[in-house]
Amino acid sequence: MSALLAAVKGPTIDVGALSPLIALGGGAIVVLLTGLLRPRFVREVVVPLFALVALGAALGLSIWQWDTDKSIISGALRVDTLALALTALFIISAALAVVLSWRALAPRESAHGEYYAMLLVSVGGMSVLVQSQNLVTLFLGFELLSIPLYVLCATEMRRATSLEAGLKYLVIGSVGSATLLYGLALIYGATGKTDFDAIATSLNSVGSMVSDPLFLTGLALALVGLAFKASIAPFHQWTPDVYEGAPTPITAFMATATKAAAFGIIIRFLEVALVPAQLDWAPALAALATITIVVGNVGAIGQTSVKRILAWSGVAQAGYMLAGVVVGTQLGIRAVVFYLAAYLVMNVAAFAVILARARETALGDSLSALEGIGRSRPLLAWPMTIAMLGLAGIPATGGFIGKFFLIDAAVEGDYAWLGIVIVLGSAVSLVYYLRVVAAMWMREAPRSVPVLAGASPEAPPEDAPAGPRAAGWEVYAVAIACAAATVALGIVPTPVFDLARDAASSLGHLF
Amino acid sequence: MPLSILIWLPVVVGLVAALLPRSIGPRFAALGSLAALGIAIGLIADYDGATAGLQHVTDQMWIKQLGIHYKLGVDGLNVFLIGLTTLGFAAATVAANFREWERPRLFYFHLLLGETAVLGAFMAQDLALFVMFFDLMLIPFYFLTGQWGQGERRVQATTKLVIYTFVGSLLMLAGAVATGVLSASDGQSISFALSDLRERTLGDGTQQWIFLLFAAAFLVKMPAFPLHGWMPDGYRAMPIEVLAVFSGVLSKVGAYGFLRIVLPTFPDASAHFQDLLLIIALASILYGSVMAFSTTNLRLVAGYSSVAQLGFVTLGIFALNDQGAQGAVLQMVNHGLVVIPLFLIIGLLVRRAGSEDLRDMGGLAFRAPVLATLFVIVALATLAMPGSSNFVGEFMILLGVFQSKLVIACIAFTGVAFAAVYMLRAYIRSMHNRVGPNVQSRELSVGDAVVLVPLVAVILFFAVYPQLALHRGEKSVVASIQPAVEVAK
Repeated sequence: MSALLAAVKGPTIDVGALSPLIALGGGAIVVLLTGLLRPRFVREVVVPLFALVALGAALGLSIWQWDTDKSIISGALRVDTLALALTALFIISAALAVVLSWRALAPRESAHGEYYAMLLVSVGGMSVLVQSQNLVTLFLGFELLSIPLYVLCATEMRRATSLEAGLKYLVIGSVGSATLLYGLALIYGATGKTDFDAIATSLNSVGSMVSDPLFLTGLALALVGLAFKASIAPFHQWTPDVYEGAPTPITAFMATATKAAAFGIIIRFLEVALVPAQLDWAPALAALATITIVVGNVGAIGQTSVKRILAWSGVAQAGYMLAGVVVGTQLGIRAVVFYLAAYLVMNVAAFAVILARARETALGDSLSALEGIGRSRPLLAWPMTIAMLGLAGIPATGGFIGKFFLIDAAVEGDYAWLGIVIVLGSAVSLVYYLRVVAAMWMREAPRSVPVLAGASPEAPPEDAPAGPRAAGWEVYAVAIACAAATVALGIVPTPVFDLARDAASSLGHLF
Repeated sequence: MPLSILIWLPVVVGLVAALLPRSIGPRFAALGSLAALGIAIGLIADYDGATAGLQHVTDQMWIKQLGIHYKLGVDGLNVFLIGLTTLGFAAATVAANFREWERPRLFYFHLLLGETAVLGAFMAQDLALFVMFFDLMLIPFYFLTGQWGQGERRVQATTKLVIYTFVGSLLMLAGAVATGVLSASDGQSISFALSDLRERTLGDGTQQWIFLLFAAAFLVKMPAFPLHGWMPDGYRAMPIEVLAVFSGVLSKVGAYGFLRIVLPTFPDASAHFQDLLLIIALASILYGSVMAFSTTNLRLVAGYSSVAQLGFVTLGIFALNDQGAQGAVLQMVNHGLVVIPLFLIIGLLVRRAGSEDLRDMGGLAFRAPVLATLFVIVALATLAMPGSSNFVGEFMILLGVFQSKLVIACIAFTGVAFAAVYMLRAYIRSMHNRVGPNVQSRELSVGDAVVLVPLVAVILFFAVYPQLALHRGEKSVVASIQPAVEVAK
C-alpha cells in the first residue's frame, strides 16, 4: 500500500505561497463550526469576529508573501504580486462586508456560521481565480467564487426579492459558467494545452492558429463567460436585479470584489495565454467597452433605487476599466488595478450609507430615503457625496486620478478615442450621480413615515430603538472610513500607484 | 511658498468657519477672505513687471508616475486676475455676512472652497493641476446654487450648469492627457508642466483635435454663443453674491486658459482656427447684446452683457497680435471689476422692488442718491464710456482686430453701441422713470456701502490708471502669445 502511495507522484505543495488560501479555508471551517454553538453571543459576535480574524490572517500572509513570484502546484496557480494585490482587495472588501453584516438580517436568517463561511469561501474562490494559470483552475476558481454568492444573495429568506435575486443569479451565472466552460474546452481543443504559457507558445508557434475558427470561437465564448461575471454589456442584464435583491452587505461585496476578481482573471487570461491573439480580441473588447459605457450610463439615468443606480453605474465603470485591459500594456494594467482599489472604497462607502438609511427609514434603498439627510445625517451625507463625486470622477477623489490614469493608458496605447468615450460616458454619468447628491442636500426630507416592521427589508424590528443609532455605529464608521480613503487616494495616490506598479510588473512580458 | 499659502488659506478658513459656532463662523470667513485679499495685494505690489518669466515659483513632483507637478507661479497674465479673484470673493463673503443664510457655516465653506479652486486654476503651471482646479470649481458652485439658490427649478438649473461645464472640463481632461502623453517623444518621460509642454511640439493634426477639446471647455465656461445654454437658467437660480463671483471671476478662467495654455502650447492650431474663434466671438457679441437688450430680467441683462463682453475678450485673444492680447487681459480684469458690483447692486434693486423684472422697477433713485451714483458709475464703466478703464481695454482689442481682420472689427463696433443702449436702459428703467408698483425706495445700508464703495473706488482707480495693469502685464502677455503670432504671420 505504502509502496503504491509512494509511486503516485503528487505535486509538491508550497505551503508558504498557498498560506493565504489555507487561512481562508481554515477560517471557513472554524467559523462554520463555531456557528453551531448555542449561545446567541457566540453566534452573533464571536462568529463574525472569527471571520475577521481569518481575513486578517489571510491579509497578513499575503503581505508576507508579497515579493514571491512563482508557479505552485505543478503550475496550476501562480502566486505573484498581481494575484496578491487583488487578493488583498478581496479581503478588504470581505472584511468591510463582515462589518456591515454584523447587525444585518441576512446572517440571522441563514445561520451565522454558514453565512460567514460562505463569504470566506467566496474570497478563497476569487483568490484561486486570479492566481490560476491553467484552464482547469480557472474554472474551479470561477465556480468556487460563484456558488457561495448564489446562496448569499438569497439569504434573506423571508424577502421574496432576495430569493428572486439568488435564483436569477444562479440561472444566469450558470449560463455564464457553461459558456465559459464551452469556450475553454474549444480553446483546449484548438491548442491541446490547458496551461496559459503553453497556450501562448502554441499560438505563437503555429502561425495560423490565431485565425483558426475553433480557437476564435473558443476565445469568443470564454470572453462572454467572463463578461457575465464582470457585468460587461450586453451580458449585464442580471446586474441591476441581483444587486437590488441581494442583502446590501452582500451587494457591496459583490459589486467590488467580484468585479476585481473578474478583471483579475480577464487580465491574466488575455495578457498571458492569449496575448499572441491580441489583434483579434483587442478591437472586439474596445467595442464591448464602448457599448458597456453607453449602456451602463444610459441605464442608470431613470432609476429610483440607489442600489440599481449603483448597479448600472457598476456596468459603466466596468467599461472604463476594460479600456485598461484593451491596450495590453503595463500602464493599462496598473491603471486597472488602481481603479479597482478606488472603485472599492467609493462603492463600499455608498452601500454602507444605503444600508444605514434602509435601517433607519421604511423607504429601503429608494432615492427618497436619502432626501434631506444633508441636514439630519451629515455623517452619512458627506460619505455618500464623496462617493458619488468620486464615481463621477471629480478632482480630489480617487475616481479622478483613476480615470486620469485610464485615459493616460488608453492614449498611450493608441486608443485615444476610447479615452474620449470614457470622458463622454463620465459626463453622462453626472446626471444620475448628481441626482443622488441633490436628493441629499437640496431636497426636504420626506414627511416622516412610521417605521413598520417588514415595510422595509432591512428596517429594524418594532422594538428596536429608533434614532440615529439605529443603523449601528459600525455602518457609519465603514462609510466614513471609505470616504476618507476615497479622498486620500485623490490627494496622495502614490502609495497605491506603487502597489499597482508592482502588481503590473508581474506580467513582465508586456511593455 | 506665498502662492501655496494664498491658494490653501481660503479653504482652511472655510473648514475652520464650518466648525466654529454659528455666531462667529461667518465673520471668521469674511476675515479669512480679506486676509487672502491682503496677500494678493502684497503679491501685486511685489510683482516685477520688467521680466516675462514666472515669479514666486513653487515646483514639486506630486504624482511621479503620471508626470504631474505641483507647480505654481505668477506672471503678468495672472497676477491681476489673482487680485480680482481675491477681491471678488472678499466682496461676496463680506456682502453675504450682511444677509441671513440657512446653514451659514456650510455656505461659507463652499464659497471659500470655490475661492481656493479658482486661485488654483489661475496659478497652476501644470496642465493636469490646472484641469483639476478647473473641475473642482464646479463642486462648490453646484452646492451653492442648489442649496442656497432661488426658484422652483434651481436643482435642474444647477444640474444643467454642472453638466454643461463638466462635459467641457472632461473633454479638456482628455485633451490634457493626450497633450502630455503624445508630446513626450521616445525616451522622454511624461510631463504635464506647461514649460515642458511648450518645448515639445505636437504635430499639426494632433494639435487641431486637441485644440477643439480645449476650446469647447473654455467657451462653455465663458459662456460663448452657442455654448451658453446653461447660462440663463443658472444665472436666474444663483444667490446674488455667488452670481457676482461666478460671473465676475469664474468666467475669466476660460479666457485665461486660451492665453495660458492654448496659444503657447498649440500655436499652429490656434492660427488654423483663428477665423472660427473670431466668428464665435463676434456671434457672442451680437447675440449677447441683442439678448441683453430684449430681456427685462435684470440678472439676465447683466448675464447677456457678460456674454458680449467676453466675446470682446475672445476677439482680442484671437486677433493674434500684441495689442489685442493686452487689451484682452486688461478687459478680463475690467469686466470682473464692474460685474461684481453690478450684480451686488442688482441684488439691492431686486430687494427694493420685490421683483427681478425691469418693468416692476423704477423711481428707486428718488430716495437713494448714493445708490444711484454708485450704479451710474458702474453702468458707465460697463458700457465702456471713454475715461473708464473698460474703454481702454475695448479700444485696444478693436485696434488689434483692425490690424488683422478689418471686417470683423467693423461689425464688432456695433456691439459697443448696443452696450450703451442696454446698460442705460437698465439704469434709467430701474432708477428713474415712474415709481414701480411695489418699490420701496430706500438708501444703501451701511453694510452694503462697506462692500460697494471700495469696489467702485477700484473701478475709478483703474479708470485713471489703467497702465498699472497694462505695463506689468505687457512682457508676459507678449511672450505668451508669441508662438501663435509667429505662425499667424
